[in-house]
Amino acid sequence: MQDQPTAIELVDIVAEFIRVHAMPQMTGHAAFHALVAANALDIVKRELAIAPRASREESERLTKLLGREASLDQMNRDLCARIEAGELTLETPGLADHLWAITMTKLAIDQPKYSGYVRALEEEGRR
Amino acid sequence: MSDKKNPIAAPLADAVVRNIPGVTGIENLIRLSGGASQETWSFEATGKGAPIPLILRRAPGGDRAASATAAGLETEAALINLAGEVGVPIPPVRLVLQPADDVGRGFIMDRVEGETIARKILRDEEFAKARPILARQCGEILAKLHSVDMAKLPPLRTSTARDEIEQYHQTYKTHDHPHPVFDLAFRWLRDNTPEAASKISLVHGDFRHGNLMIGADGVRAVLDWELAHIGDPMEDLAWICVNSWRFGNIDNPVGGFGQREDMFAGYEAAGGGKVDPKRVKFWEVLGTLKWGVMCTTMVMAFKAGDRSVERATIGRRSSETEVDLLRLLAPRKKG
Repeated sequence: MQDQPTAIELVDIVAEFIRVHAMPQMTGHAAFHALVAANALDIVKRELAIAPRASREESERLTKLLGREASLDQMNRDLCARIEAGELTLETPGLADHLWAITMTKLAIDQPKYSGYVRALEEEGRR
Repeated sequence: MSDKKNPIAAPLADAVVRNIPGVTGIENLIRLSGGASQETWSFEATGKGAPIPLILRRAPGGDRAASATAAGLETEAALINLAGEVGVPIPPVRLVLQPADDVGRGFIMDRVEGETIARKILRDEEFAKARPILARQCGEILAKLHSVDMAKLPPLRTSTARDEIEQYHQTYKTHDHPHPVFDLAFRWLRDNTPEAASKISLVHGDFRHGNLMIGADGVRAVLDWELAHIGDPMEDLAWICVNSWRFGNIDNPVGGFGQREDMFAGYEAAGGGKVDPKRVKFWEVLGTLKWGVMCTTMVMAFKAGDRSVERATIGRRSSETEVDLLRLLAPRKKG
C-alpha cells in the first residue's frame, strides 16, 4: 500500500496545473501541446480508475472463450489468431459481447466524448 | 514570418519571374503547417498588376528522390490539370519545378481562398448556406473525378480492395499489438470483398475534410492528390463517410454535413453511374479500419523515437475506429 495522495490524485493535480497555471502563460504550438499533454494525463487518470477491474473481467471472459488461462497479452494474441482463422466468429456465443466490452472499456478510458462511443452508450440503453 | 534569408526565397523568385509573365518578384513567403510528407508554402507573386496569391508544394527539403507510396509531385500536378479539364474544382497549376530551378521537387499552384478546417465548416455561420448542398456537390465532383480518361493518366499505382486489405494487414502485423476488433474487421473484409470492380478509375484516395477547400458557396477546390491511385471509385464515396471525418456530427454521414443519399444522387446525376450502397459500406469498413491502423503506426513512430506528445496520444485514438467498426459489423439494438 502506497502513501497519499493517490496516483489518481497526483495525475489529476498535474493536469490541473497545466490547464490552470501553465497554459495561460504559453502561446502557439507550446500551448497546443500543453493541452494535448493535459488530455494525456486525463487518459492516465481514467485508466488508473477503470483498468484494474476491467482487465480482471476481460481475463475471466477470455479464459472461458479460449478454454485456457494465460497472461492477458497471450490470451489476446490467441483470440486474434482464432478470429483471423475464422474459428471464432460473431456467431460464437460470448464473442460479440466480449468485443463490445473491451471496446467500451477502451473508449471510457481513451476518448469518452467520441461520437461513436456516446452513440453506442445510448444504443446500449445506459443513457 | 517572411524571411529574406530563407534559402529557397531567391531561387523561387527567379523561377516565378521566369515563368509567370509580368511578375517581377515574390513577397510574404510563409511555411504553412500541414502534410508531414510534403511542404506547403504560401506567397504572392508581385509585379505591375495585383499580387497573385500562390502556393508552393514541395518535397521535404526539396528532395528529388522518388517515394514508394506517394504519387510524386509531378504526377500530382498532372492529375490536378486532368481533373480540372473534366470540371473538378482545382487550384490551377502555374508551374512544375525543374531541376534547373534549384528550388527542389514540387509545383506552384493558385492559392484558392476558403476554409479547410472541419470544425469551422461544420459550425460557423459563414458556411450555413453551403452545408446543405455539400453532400450533393461532393457526389457531383467525384463523378467528374472518376471520369478522367484513363488513357491520359500518368503512371499511377493500382490498388484494389484486396491490395488495400493486405497492405494494411501487414502494417497491423508489424505493429505487433493485439487488436481483436481489427482482426474481426480484416476477417469480415476478406469474407466480403466485392467482385472485381466493374469500373476502375482514377481515385483521389484522400477525399475528406482538410483536403476540400470550402467557401460560403460550397466546394472551391479539391486539394492534396498525394494518395491518388487507380482503383474502385466507390472507395472515394466511402472514405468521406468514415465516422472519424464527421467530427461529431454522427447523423450526417457525409463529412458531418450531409446524407449518403444526397451524395449518391449527385454522383448518379453527374454521370458517375449507379451507386451500390453495399459496396460503399464495404469500403467504409475498410476506410475505418485503415484509419485505425494508421493510428497504431503513430505508436510505432513514437516508440521509434519521435517523442511528441501529440504523436503519442494519437495511438489512443485507434479505439475510436474500433467502436465504429463494431457499430458497422456487430450492431446492437437499443435496449
